[in-house]
Amino acid sequence: MAVDWYHYTPLASLLGGVLIGLATALFALFNGRIAGISGIVGGLFRPKTGDTAWRIAFIAGLLAAPWLFQSFASLPEIRVDASARTLIVAGLLVGVGTRLGSGCTSGHGVCGLARLSPRSLVATVSFMLTGFVTVFVIRHLLA
Amino acid sequence: MNIIFSLTAGLVFGLGLVLSGMANPAKVLGFLDLAGPWDPSLVLVMCGAIAVAYRAFVLATKRTSSLLGLPMQLPTARGIDRNLVGGSLTFGVGWGLAGICPGPALVLVGAGLAQGLIFVGAMLTGMGFVEFLRRGAP
Repeated sequence: MAVDWYHYTPLASLLGGVLIGLATALFALFNGRIAGISGIVGGLFRPKTGDTAWRIAFIAGLLAAPWLFQSFASLPEIRVDASARTLIVAGLLVGVGTRLGSGCTSGHGVCGLARLSPRSLVATVSFMLTGFVTVFVIRHLLA
Repeated sequence: MNIIFSLTAGLVFGLGLVLSGMANPAKVLGFLDLAGPWDPSLVLVMCGAIAVAYRAFVLATKRTSSLLGLPMQLPTARGIDRNLVGGSLTFGVGWGLAGICPGPALVLVGAGLAQGLIFVGAMLTGMGFVEFLRRGAP
């Protein structure tokens, strides 16, 4: 395994991770909820009184983040190489998978692991595994 | 009040995604590519996030209501079933295809990228499909 030192950003990534952890902490302690993005979005499909506004507010925060970031510093590189067709297939799989599996990188990968949940550990190992395998197949077997 | 905290949490979460590089699909794929030039940055994102969140959850799980007086709604499910594993394996394939997971997908939309909109449109369709199946089940 060769480490890509050129793209490695330990400080920014650690600090960004701490911000994600702070947001998760704030949300758990003040709102009493898990900051799991797929769950927050997915819950909108089952609207209940008093259960929608906070979801929209959280999503609005995520949408506004790059804009707020830009007013303090220049936005780091954001590069999407996938074609429209790949994006559609990927989006469908992510939508179906995260709802069936009750969580994504945030709900299982951050919140679940931080709660020492065996369920989330199994989920995280599972999506990491197929994530690694998929990239390996596309970049090294098919390319 | 909970709306303001929710908005703030989403905002700080999104800033973290941008700063950490999680919102850059090319960087995420660099992390998932173990056999290529591997970018370990995302290990640090996970470590930073989990270290902070762990302390919060130790406090949160002892509480019966939140600091705003809301009921605590942390997950209670414990079973490891086919849906959990199959769903997560499926999610991983999609994540590996484009390097985008749900949080960063919304950040891409916020950054004004058409690719983000395409991904989120498909993701919502997938989520709606699961919802449709669950409603159809008795």
